[in-house]
Amino acid sequence: MYRYDEFDTRLVQERVEQFRRQTGRRLNGEMDEDQFLPLRLMNGVYLQLHAYMLRINVPYGAMCSRQIRQLAHIARTYDKGYGHFTTRQNIQFNWIQLKDVPDAQGDLAEVEMHCIQSSGNCIRNTTSDQYAGVAKDEIEDPRVYCEIIRQWSTLHPEFSYLPRKFKIAVTGSPNDRAAIALHDIGLRMHRNKNGEPGFEVLVGGGQGRTPFVAKTIRDWLPPEHLLSYLEAILRVYNMDGRRDNKWKARIKILVHQTGLEEFRRLVDTEWEQIRDSVLKLPQAEIDRINAYFAPPDYEKLDDAGEAVAAWRADNADFDAWVRVNVADHKTPGYAIVNISLKSPNQPPGDMTAAQMDAFANLADEYSFGELRVNHRQNLVLADVEQLRLWELWEKLRALDLATPNIGHVSDMIVCPGLDYCSLANARSIPIAQEINERFSDMDRAHDIGELTINISGCMNACGHHHVGHIGILGVDKRGKEFYQFTLGGSSDQAASLGDRTGPGFPADKAVDAVETILNTYIEIRKDGERFLDTYRRMGMAPFKEALYGTF
Amino acid sequence: MIIANSLPNGFVVFLTAENGWAHDIDKGVIAESDAEADAMLRTAKQAEHDCAVVDPNLITVEIVDGQPCPTEYREYIRATGPSVPTPS
Amino acid sequence: MALFNEGGLAEDLFSDVSIGDELPAKGTLIVSLNQWRENRDKLIGRSEPLGIRLKSDEKPEEISADLRHFSVIALEFPAFRDGRAYSYARLLRERYGYTGELRAVGDVLLEQLHFMHRVGFNAFSITDDDAMRAWEIAAADFSVWYQPTGDGRASVMALRHGRR
Repeated sequence: MYRYDEFDTRLVQERVEQFRRQTGRRLNGEMDEDQFLPLRLMNGVYLQLHAYMLRINVPYGAMCSRQIRQLAHIARTYDKGYGHFTTRQNIQFNWIQLKDVPDAQGDLAEVEMHCIQSSGNCIRNTTSDQYAGVAKDEIEDPRVYCEIIRQWSTLHPEFSYLPRKFKIAVTGSPNDRAAIALHDIGLRMHRNKNGEPGFEVLVGGGQGRTPFVAKTIRDWLPPEHLLSYLEAILRVYNMDGRRDNKWKARIKILVHQTGLEEFRRLVDTEWEQIRDSVLKLPQAEIDRINAYFAPPDYEKLDDAGEAVAAWRADNADFDAWVRVNVADHKTPGYAIVNISLKSPNQPPGDMTAAQMDAFANLADEYSFGELRVNHRQNLVLADVEQLRLWELWEKLRALDLATPNIGHVSDMIVCPGLDYCSLANARSIPIAQEINERFSDMDRAHDIGELTINISGCMNACGHHHVGHIGILGVDKRGKEFYQFTLGGSSDQAASLGDRTGPGFPADKAVDAVETILNTYIEIRKDGERFLDTYRRMGMAPFKEALYGTF
Repeated sequence: MIIANSLPNGFVVFLTAENGWAHDIDKGVIAESDAEADAMLRTAKQAEHDCAVVDPNLITVEIVDGQPCPTEYREYIRATGPSVPTPS
Repeated sequence: MALFNEGGLAEDLFSDVSIGDELPAKGTLIVSLNQWRENRDKLIGRSEPLGIRLKSDEKPEEISADLRHFSVIALEFPAFRDGRAYSYARLLRERYGYTGELRAVGDVLLEQLHFMHRVGFNAFSITDDDAMRAWEIAAADFSVWYQPTGDGRASVMALRHGRR
């Protein structure tokens, strides 16, 4: 993975000292909250319901064992011993004290991590495919370009006071595991008709109050022009994006109101002026960064399908775990292992310091000392020898990290909701826990099959409810928590927004509604049909009838 | 009552009868009239200006088992902590 | 308010009349875009140096053909969160080749000075309290920069690969 050189190191250290000074100025009254707010946000510090929260970037989800050990240290030293992984492939700590934040950031800098722009109206952490570098369908490793974007976007002097936040995602594969169509800018690597790799550029996607699937603004962009093209889009947005209304300030609204054709013309006009400027990427820089992502020293192995099959035949739990949580690796004899953070015993995406430390050891022992975080709030060990799957599984089980539910009913994306978040209208975690309990029978869960349930505690949609096969949105209805449902959302290469079923349900009826929806699906599905396929074939009518009866 | 977050540590605090701040809700002072509530809010705004607290708000409470208890569930959660067990 | 530039605290030789209706007959003025448009010939004919102040919804392309007439261009930050002028400043410097004084006015706070300087501002109208510490902070927070801008600082990529 990428390692800081002297420049990266110095910049992050200088940023820590800058925020130490700014925090001092706030605590001694030289700055008021209004002035401090954007500064603390751009350093990852929120004020939530009960305390400050510190959000730490995990650039494109890549971490090494030393880094997650340091996160465990931060959890223990400055927080309450646990952290929460987010859909931006970040981790956040919910009980940090403002006066301790500069020290915690100093500890992060020691392991080449930072909180720069993990919040605020600026370019946020660039996210990517958790299978980058090991996916069978990959054209080029997206992490190289993510790192280039990370550096370009970090402390960008022109784009630090944008109309609103700005999120970029990159995939190097045709199968989109990074939800790029729900980003302000999505980049999809593909080959043009001459076989050269480049990016399809999508713009104006996003969730929140007014969700949009992103539209293609450019079919194929040569990688050397990546930064000039991004800078052109950002400049148009910075100058023309709406600043009169927070709810209309994202680039999706600008694209929608300007029209894609006109927006493309504005971007191209700007781009023509800067495409051959110093922003043009030198091949030497692409090569320099690419070298960091060279494959690890894989053993020359044969596929161990037979041995694994024998274990699977022998043990139904192991069989289920391999079937659901283990994915194909592009190198013979290796496997990708998904680690579910959706155990029934813990809030979704949460991990204790003890788990982090133990998991760091497993990464060292089984996966070249590296791990990844994905946007579904789970972890990945990307380079595991197939012949060691059994022993890894036993060790994961001992840590409560082997729940075989990846891509299934209880593998939900869940925002912290009103249990932590001051923006939320309703709680998310208790609904998720009730769903997890209700569908704890894994045979039943596996019979239901591939399914994403995404839960948000307000319309800011941090829980990605618009793109859940089943989306659940918490709302406040006359002082009571209610939950509205959407069906048919998806964040993959065929992204779609879910459709509202109708009126919401009170908290004590919400999980009954999930069960009604799933029972309806099971009744009407054809062989091998996923929930999403059935919904797309049948539409809303049968689900609506089951939920609300005939009117 | 007045609820706020402490500036240096962020934790939830309540305005006390001595115009100080306490972490326990039952050490907080309850306004018995609109005039009292207004005065308390002015005190709290001054404390915000003086960099003691952030985001002070008036909340409505009722007395349950001898303890003040916010009537709105949002404020109840803010006052009492997450409704789910925290991982350990 | 104090005026601050790369040399430290500076005397403001200009009178900002962009808010008023009437143009004074004499003086070293900063005028609004409207005043410039309506009195263009008269203003060009005067001997004193001239400045113009653009609001945050007035793009610099409105004056890009007239830059030679201005000794000062003041870009307004109606609120420090409104970041449009960061782009305007780069366009004025890097695209339109403006080399005179580029002044940040309005809600200009100490903590934003570094970025403002990077995009091409070289004068800042700030409150007296902040003025004393302004340059130490604007100049000293960082010694490395990823992004190439027109400010002459070498970007990290340029340093890595030995080019400017």
